[in-house]
Amino acid sequence: MTDVLTLTNVSKSFGALKVTEGVSFSVPQGQALGIIGPNGAGKSTLFNLITGNFLPDAGTITLLGRDVTHTAAMDRVRMGVGRSFQIPQPFEGLTTFENLLTAAAFGQNRREAEVADECVAILQDTELLPKANQLAGGLSLLDRKRLELARAMATGPELLLLDEIAGGLTEGECQALVATIKRLHAKGTTIIWIEHVLHALTSVVERLLVLDFGKVIGIGAPDAIMASREVREIYLGLEV
Amino acid sequence: MATVTTRTRASTIAGIVALALIAIGLILPAFASRSLIQDLFFILTMLTLAQLWNLIAGFGGMVSVGQQAFVGIGAYAMFGGVILWGWDPVPAILLGGLAAFLLAIPMAFFAFRLAGAYFAIGTWVIAEVTRLLIAQWKTLGGGTGTSLPREATSDIIGVEAIANLFDLRDAAARDVLAYWLALALAVGTMAAIYALLRSRTGLALAAVRDNDNAARSVGVDATRVKWLVFLSAATMTGLVGALIYVQTARISPDAAFSVTTWTAYVIFIAVIGGIGRLEGPILGVLVFWGLQTAFADYGSWYLLALGILAIATMLFAPRGLWGLIHDRWGIALFPVQRRLIFEGAKDG
Repeated sequence: MTDVLTLTNVSKSFGALKVTEGVSFSVPQGQALGIIGPNGAGKSTLFNLITGNFLPDAGTITLLGRDVTHTAAMDRVRMGVGRSFQIPQPFEGLTTFENLLTAAAFGQNRREAEVADECVAILQDTELLPKANQLAGGLSLLDRKRLELARAMATGPELLLLDEIAGGLTEGECQALVATIKRLHAKGTTIIWIEHVLHALTSVVERLLVLDFGKVIGIGAPDAIMASREVREIYLGLEV
Repeated sequence: MATVTTRTRASTIAGIVALALIAIGLILPAFASRSLIQDLFFILTMLTLAQLWNLIAGFGGMVSVGQQAFVGIGAYAMFGGVILWGWDPVPAILLGGLAAFLLAIPMAFFAFRLAGAYFAIGTWVIAEVTRLLIAQWKTLGGGTGTSLPREATSDIIGVEAIANLFDLRDAAARDVLAYWLALALAVGTMAAIYALLRSRTGLALAAVRDNDNAARSVGVDATRVKWLVFLSAATMTGLVGALIYVQTARISPDAAFSVTTWTAYVIFIAVIGGIGRLEGPILGVLVFWGLQTAFADYGSWYLLALGILAIATMLFAPRGLWGLIHDRWGIALFPVQRRLIFEGAKDG
């Protein structure tokens, strides 16, 4: 299996604060990797390094076999990195459909007419089709989260980055969204997912990565990771 | 399967009405009075300025208070072409567009580092600096200004033909020529903006306005879109400025770089009519023209009334008069929204 993404010894500091320290891992094609860790562990920074919003101080990032360590964020989108934001950031003055149309037309650098059908299919997958012609500014939180997912999908990602997409949802809403993500994953989309809602995460991902103070302290099958004493101490704060 | 459309029933009718109006506008000088032609020149030029401001502020989210810089530099470049190089005033209008384009490059370079209110103030400051610099240019009249030389205005290309065609004096024929050029600029500008908004770039512009960060994350080159729109609007604004001063034939830095006339009135027109809609400035300019015709003699009271009206609109109808019409009846004459129409469903 080929790797979609490989990080090798990636480090990033803000002043004296090391937020990412020697992080290395790979994500094979079609896999879903979950990232957990306490607040401030450097999870969002890691995403920003992968998307190209931040450039690393050291280390290399390889996407689909190409070194993208110094590639601009916009070009990485076109190479296939789609992301959702922790706090939904819809284009509020555009309709739900137009949000996807924009993402598809620019993320894939194709004409509007060529991507319209694909956008409709994604709207259907994410259960947003009934809201297609509504302004995104008027959507509920669940629909905004769905739109984050749908818009990221519309860019035609080889790698989908989800940043706490289940956060703030009710249990029922969360299950609906997880079902959608499972469907997307089943179609072969490679996913990296940061999430605090553990049961949502573990019901989808094949591997878990634990981050603490910018370092990887564990990576492996979810059961094994959650059973590890170190992870339970650091992440769950349990005295075992 | 679903299909995508922007068309509404109102837009089909609007298209036919627009074509009819353009045709009437073209032949109007054959029977209209000189004062009507002058009023229409005023309406068309203010409409074009308002559409251009609406493009960068309403559609692009860049609220500039410095558009008078482009009107002024455009007008002065035209005067420079006529006085220094002996150009005919009409082709010299193109110099106005070029000058505005060149000024817009450093202006964007500095102003794009600012956001929101700071962007607005920054553009205003740059416009004031430009005014002060131009006022030092003694050949073009310095601070007191100058007039187009009589020999330049007496044989403008086409004026004689128009005078013969409609049996008019030269002064009236010049107004007809200016009016036709204003009509061409207004129609051209609106058609270009409409085409832009319906293109892929229109989506990018809306995305950047709503959320710059998210726009970049889906592959939109936000910087490029902003530059494109800002420079285009500046160039067109420069052309309009030059045309206005071909018609008035008299210029001064205070008038040509007036923030009240070329930006405050223009914003008033867009705000009253409806920001972020092509229909807005059309309605707004008619309201503005009506108010000016009726009340301009009242001096400062008139300005106070305009201000109060603008504030009231922003408070109670933030999307302007056309916003009210759109909310009430859902009419869009120049729709840009891409709607999904499902088979079997009725066209909303």
